[in-house]
Amino acid sequence: MLEVASLMVRYGAIEAVRGLDLDVAAGEIHAILGANGAGKSSTLVGISGLVPSQGKIEFEGTDISGLPPETIARMGIGLIPEGRRIFASLTVAENLLLGGAEHASPVERKKRADEMRERFPILQERSTQKAGLLSGGEQQMLAIARALMARPRLLLMDEPSLGLAPQMVETVFDLIVELKSEGLTILLVEQNVPMSLDIADHALVLAQGRASYRGTAAEVATSDVVQGAYLGH
Amino acid sequence: MDIFIQQTINALSLGGIYALLALGLAVVFSIVRLINFAHGEVMTVTGYGMWFVLLLNLPVFVSIAVGIVSAIVIAMMMERVAFRQMRGADVTTLLITSFAVSQIIQVLFQNGISARPVAVILPDWLTASIMIGPVRVGMASVLSILVVCVALVGLRAILTRSVTGIAMRAASEDFAVVQLMGISANRVIATAFAVSGAMAGIAAVLWVAPRGSVDPLMGAVPVLKAFIATVVGGLGSLGGAVVGGFVLGAVEVYLQAFLPEAALPYRDAISLSIIVAILVLKPDGLLPERTSRRS
Repeated sequence: MLEVASLMVRYGAIEAVRGLDLDVAAGEIHAILGANGAGKSSTLVGISGLVPSQGKIEFEGTDISGLPPETIARMGIGLIPEGRRIFASLTVAENLLLGGAEHASPVERKKRADEMRERFPILQERSTQKAGLLSGGEQQMLAIARALMARPRLLLMDEPSLGLAPQMVETVFDLIVELKSEGLTILLVEQNVPMSLDIADHALVLAQGRASYRGTAAEVATSDVVQGAYLGH
Repeated sequence: MDIFIQQTINALSLGGIYALLALGLAVVFSIVRLINFAHGEVMTVTGYGMWFVLLLNLPVFVSIAVGIVSAIVIAMMMERVAFRQMRGADVTTLLITSFAVSQIIQVLFQNGISARPVAVILPDWLTASIMIGPVRVGMASVLSILVVCVALVGLRAILTRSVTGIAMRAASEDFAVVQLMGISANRVIATAFAVSGAMAGIAAVLWVAPRGSVDPLMGAVPVLKAFIATVVGGLGSLGGAVVGGFVLGAVEVYLQAFLPEAALPYRDAISLSIIVAILVLKPDGLLPERTSRRS
């Protein structure tokens, strides 16, 4: 579904991603793991078009390298950015509306927003409140719901569990599994290595902007690199 | 008391014009971080648009409509031709670009029409004064207060009810994420300039009506006042721009009316000192932009 070849992402003189190849198959959860600064987030923002990148990115057989982020979003790739980045001064309902603004007619948008409020009851309760007043976990739900309003086929999730209470982390991971079962393909960047490997089909370990290990989630979980660096065995 | 009511109406009317201009600056600044000093030339273009239509002996409402439409068109052209190429540049570069645009338009009018004012004579009923109870007030002042109210309500409706308006508010908070929603950056920015142009066009009509003439530099003073108003209100905050505009209008009008004659030459010095005092007490302005912005 997504084929990335020799991806390079740089910020000024800093090369965050240096020649990464990545294949994500339709319907899978593909995890990207690695230490802080390994280039995980940069890979996602590079694919989404938010920062310029070099290399080749193909989505469902179409070359999307160099396209502006709004075009890539309209083609069916959603990104839930690190830190959620909900629109704090807008209401919950307005956040949802913008998520579907370019993807659905007003009637369809309303229908999807109702579905989201049904799925995430807290968004129903807080519909007219400013999104900035939500708790961290609620904001994450809103960020996910906002992305789902576009009905993406590929969802890029950047650290969805970051800064959340343990119980909320469980909820988020359960939700990711649920989204997969509904047919969504997910590229997941996470710091929570054990839980990610638990739900992922494939995983890629990044170090200094390059792939240091890749394989099925089970292979990665038992590999020396992950055992040593992340699981503490 | 009558004089006070009279001056209050004048203050509201002048403050309203400043508020519209300041809003135009703030709408654009909040989204693209550009302080558009060519905003004054949007007023100038409106003035000459009105002048041209009146030369053709067309009715005054056609002249006003053409004036406002030309304001929207010129504001969108500025964005398309000059500012879009500079998108993402730093604040200084954007500022210098806006001075260049401003200078070019001024020189075009100076050389193409005349450096001297040309008359824009509006019908008597627009410039007459009327009695409201015991108080004599200018028709232009009363109309301008009404028009400003309608414009503010209209802008509020756009920003809270239309998808593009909501996207504009979102873009002032986090432009990158607006693009992640698939919303076109060009469309959001072009709409911001159109709204800004419409506000400047309406302000220009209200500015020109009581003065009866336009000249190539007519936008310079009001846009400077509008800039002061946006800073007083809190740069980038739309509510702040409105409040700042009315505060500045009130300070200017009341000082003019109630200062002793010997102190009148110092009116601008005193009014700017009051502004400085406000900024010393509230350095971020009266209603600062609340959301922290991502780099």
